[in-house]
Amino acid sequence: MNHLPQAWGRPRDDVYGPYDASYLQSSHPQTHTQQPIVTGTSVLAVKFKDGVVIAADNLASYGSLARFTDVKRLRPFNSRAIVGIGGDVSDMQYIDRLLNSLDIAENYSSEGHGLNARNLHTYLSKVMYKRRSDINPLWNQMLVAGLDGDDKPFLSSVDLLGTTFSSPTLATGFGAHLAQPLLRKVADDESQVSDVAREKAVEAVKECMKVLFYRDARSLDKYSIAVVTKEGGVELKEDEQLENQSWQFADTIRGYGRTQEV
Amino acid sequence: MTSIGTGYDLQNSVFSPDGRNFQVEYAVKAVENGGTCVGIRCKDGVVLAVEKIITSKLLKPGANKRIATVDHNIGVVSSGLVPDGRHFVSRARDEASSWRSTYKAPITLAALAGRLGGYVQAYTLYSSVRPFGVTAIVGAWDSEAELGVDGQVGSGPSIGAGGKVAGTKAGGPSLYMIEPSGLYWGYYGAATGKGRQAAKAELEKLDLASANLSIEAGVKEAARIIYVAHEDSKDKEFELEMSWISSTDGPTKGRHQEVPKDILEEAEKAAKKAMEGEDEEETTATEGETMQE
Repeated sequence: MNHLPQAWGRPRDDVYGPYDASYLQSSHPQTHTQQPIVTGTSVLAVKFKDGVVIAADNLASYGSLARFTDVKRLRPFNSRAIVGIGGDVSDMQYIDRLLNSLDIAENYSSEGHGLNARNLHTYLSKVMYKRRSDINPLWNQMLVAGLDGDDKPFLSSVDLLGTTFSSPTLATGFGAHLAQPLLRKVADDESQVSDVAREKAVEAVKECMKVLFYRDARSLDKYSIAVVTKEGGVELKEDEQLENQSWQFADTIRGYGRTQEV
Repeated sequence: MTSIGTGYDLQNSVFSPDGRNFQVEYAVKAVENGGTCVGIRCKDGVVLAVEKIITSKLLKPGANKRIATVDHNIGVVSSGLVPDGRHFVSRARDEASSWRSTYKAPITLAALAGRLGGYVQAYTLYSSVRPFGVTAIVGAWDSEAELGVDGQVGSGPSIGAGGKVAGTKAGGPSLYMIEPSGLYWGYYGAATGKGRQAAKAELEKLDLASANLSIEAGVKEAARIIYVAHEDSKDKEFELEMSWISSTDGPTKGRHQEVPKDILEEAEKAAKKAMEGEDEEETTATEGETMQE
């Protein structure tokens, strides 16, 4: 025995020859997440005069395989804030735990007002920016919906780069291409939000979920939708089914051109 | 008590010839001077109450809370040395959060009480530390709701391996009391502090074992019991602090919260009224006795 712990318990050099130290090397380059694996697709949200509507479908895809069909991607935080999460699902689960422990710890200091949606968005944006600066991002884009410190509707986005922006209507992923133009018909800029009724906002979001199901190959017809208002808090429904899909026209389509009209 | 003064009570963790640790017993003395604490395990929740003696008019009413929350669904109240109580709560919070990070689920009170009992007991093992100067009452509603995989992110398979057993139910109310020795038991009703004798007598009258008492009634009883227990130190003013944890479909939705102001005031009013009624009975009884003499 000698005073070098790394040599303890090893065959003696003088008897068995020197140990091949190349076996000791566990140092390969450290790697981080370089691509998402199990993913959720779009999250949509619209502000209306008393609050915000937010929706996401219940699918977690494994590449092109629709692997998990019962994954709830709207994560309520408290009575004033909810987060919709797209992108990597394991990272979403990590964020979920993070928010849970934040909520518990925040509750311990009973004096004070609790976090509102704006505070939550600030927190998440700092987490996301820190992670991307460590070159170890959480592979998500999130929408934070709810009420700000003045109980006014709040909606903002944060993504894996720590980029943040807000708008009266927001959509992540595929929805940014397909749903956002439709949602902007409801409220094109901030001044129009006060004219949008709750029913109109809910209807617009549901319509967009339908359009996305038609055209997004990674989407599902089962979805979650939540409305956040001052009066009702977070009203979350997690097992909604898309309704009124239009497929009757399909019967009349034959072939790809004028040659096949039978 | 024959061994007192013979040197066996000078250090923690030293056995006396008859097998006692006097330093722990002295810690119990510190508890016996603290404000009365009461815990009641009701059929649909748990109520905690504490008598806070007002030592100065300069103290702000309603401030200086003595009941603390651990995780979402656990309440802790203690009598004895207040800072020791706070240290105890801090340990409880650490245990609850470490349980969550390991098991991805909230800790049950049975498990937490076990860990806290072990922690307090460790402070009776060494002469380099002193025992906890608190007896703590911890109460919780362990959620009966079916928890999703990793907190509702997904619900897991509905049948087959890893599937669910229909109709199974767990959770419910639970109440423990942890003493300076590290001893802990589960209770239907628990009391500690200065007025514990009177409080225990009142708790025994309630027949808590049959679980008929609703949490709303429990709040009223807890308030009344604190008032009864205060009788012996009537000369001092006190403030009543109460918290409750109801079932998932009850008023607090499975969370530990302060009892709302209006309900607290109503319970205090009823407690005061009950005390006046008792006083009248007592005075008439004593009058009768003197008449006979």
